[in-house]
Amino acid sequence: MPSLGADMEAGTLVEWRVQPGAHVHRGDVMALVDTEKGIIDIESFEEGMVERLIVQPGARVPVGAILALFEGEPTKLAPPQSAARAQRVSPAARARAAQLGIDPQTLKGTGPQGVVTLQDIEQAPAGQGPPPSPAAGRAGIRNAIAVSMSRSKREIPHYYLQLTMDLRPALDWLEQFNASRPVPERLLLAALFNKATARAAAEKPGFNGYYGKAGFEAAKSVHLGVAIALRGGGLVAPAIHEADQKTLPVLMRELQDLVMRVRAGHMRSSEISSATITVTSLGDEGVDVVYPIIHPPQVAIVGFGSVVERPWAIDGRIEPRPLVSVTLAADHRVTDGRLGAQFLARIRDFLTRPEDL
Amino acid sequence: MTADAVESPRMSYRDALREGLRDALRSDPRVFLMGEDIGRYGGCYAVTKSLLAEFGEERIRDTPLSESAFVGAGIGAALGGLRPIVEIMTVNFSLLALDQIVNNAATLCHMSGGQCPVPLVIRMATGAGRQLAAQHSHSLEGWYAHVPGLRIVAPATLDDARGMLGAALRCPDPVLIFEHIGLLNMEGTLTAGAVPVDIDRAAIRRAGRDITLLTYGGSLYKCLEAATQLAADGIEVEVVDLRTLRPLDDALIVDSVRRTHRALIVDEGWRSGGISAELGMRIVEQAFFELDAPIARVCTAEVPIPYPKHLEDAALPSVPRIVASARALVSREP
Repeated sequence: MPSLGADMEAGTLVEWRVQPGAHVHRGDVMALVDTEKGIIDIESFEEGMVERLIVQPGARVPVGAILALFEGEPTKLAPPQSAARAQRVSPAARARAAQLGIDPQTLKGTGPQGVVTLQDIEQAPAGQGPPPSPAAGRAGIRNAIAVSMSRSKREIPHYYLQLTMDLRPALDWLEQFNASRPVPERLLLAALFNKATARAAAEKPGFNGYYGKAGFEAAKSVHLGVAIALRGGGLVAPAIHEADQKTLPVLMRELQDLVMRVRAGHMRSSEISSATITVTSLGDEGVDVVYPIIHPPQVAIVGFGSVVERPWAIDGRIEPRPLVSVTLAADHRVTDGRLGAQFLARIRDFLTRPEDL
Repeated sequence: MTADAVESPRMSYRDALREGLRDALRSDPRVFLMGEDIGRYGGCYAVTKSLLAEFGEERIRDTPLSESAFVGAGIGAALGGLRPIVEIMTVNFSLLALDQIVNNAATLCHMSGGQCPVPLVIRMATGAGRQLAAQHSHSLEGWYAHVPGLRIVAPATLDDARGMLGAALRCPDPVLIFEHIGLLNMEGTLTAGAVPVDIDRAAIRRAGRDITLLTYGGSLYKCLEAATQLAADGIEVEVVDLRTLRPLDDALIVDSVRRTHRALIVDEGWRSGGISAELGMRIVEQAFFELDAPIARVCTAEVPIPYPKHLEDAALPSVPRIVASARALVSREP
């Protein structure tokens, strides 16, 4: 069971997408897992032949538990500590745990051979009710956001910078690019925003990475998290991998694919927890400016407001121009305002020369 | 206790069995005894000693050495309206009468649509511990408990040794009474006053909350001794005396395991296919989700009972083995 977020402790296997004997490649979807973020597609970390499925659909197992075995070298599949057998639980303890909403797998057994006994359950900290059904997982998203955002506001000293950008060059280029293309191949402004942010992040490593126990560690690639609102409420921010290296048409396709899959409840495990920096856009909702909150353990988030036509002084004249307010919320433990200003300025530079994106 | 109750004198389990026989012979003229050497010799285990002089040859009848013949005669007498009590020397020899017991006594009532009940009582010795070797020491009562139509009882206390016979004679089905040879010399006193004894229920001989020991017959006292030792370590053992092996008192057994969440079965029979397996399975069927530890068994080693004392002792359930098994089920790791 992979960790699909810093706060994830366990997941419920919903469905297997492979059977023993199947040959899978790295990245193939192997199973669906229900988490507080919704149902996630779990991708294979390895290429190989599935030897045995360990966990049955419906079972809730902790992060690190083995879901399935590959033929060949099992050491490559999982870290050694997760190779341990699932915690043994006596029937009476299991029944009582279900009543109390305690996950017995998380307890240390004190019975013979380390089995979790009735007494272990009754002495365990109070449970959180029965394990959530997929429907109840929607409420879990709210909880996951609460945990993550509270941690962010508690731990991360945010600083905010805001820069208004003239999008005339970007929109002109976009119009020209789209004119000769059929609808499915046309680009949206969001693709440009994402690419510009990704490339700025690649140039300014202090905004791209994780702040952990050992301090900040810059990421080697830019995995751009894209905040996507869910229909039932809440939002998730899955990552487009190596967004700075991808062409605009590819980015556009991936963005559309991501939005569709997120709303259908099919995020992939590799994109759910890997973002190194996040972009959020509330332009569709008509707000001028977003003051976003950093998603830990990331260190920066970029917000795009609405594109609005406003008077803009240029070369001594007032002209109507399509403007957007771009905000940066960054972690002051890692960067300072001057670097942040340079970062925003790079986004503006990229959007001014979209042909180079 | 009533005011005129008189304290009973000390007596042995063997004496209690004899008192039960005398009660039956005195109270019902249809009752008679037959078996090998029960008259002049007084019975191979001296249970029927002096009864010939007291009740005469008509009612205390020595038989030829033919288990099949005299058990069959007992069935005929029961069908004819008498209340025969047949003694077979040991359960091993009862196998010579297996056809009469299983094919006739157990079936006739059913095959006749209830017209021909067989109110026969067969007493036999069972168990090991007295260096009588493999052909006289086995515990095969679990086999008989497999057979519908029979009722199987195993008195372990003086009260049951005396009182179960009366209940058996009142039962319309053939009843097999298994008397453990290790208990014959055990001394005690009967409960004062007339206590009606049933052959339907198990009994809790010691109450406890940590683990249930299920046992019967000669193993009961090993379990009680083990319970005393375990109590010194704060482990509270409940000891259930099954008393009746067919039908088993599921209600009491399951209720006890529901309270203690652990069960250890102690049976002098062999493990494979034995009554201990049946008990374990019934617990799993009816109380699986109450179990907090695997069900465990202490049974006799799967060998014909050895003759040498040290090997016989090693083969049989012992107090140390019971204590160790119980401790393993309730042990806690830090």
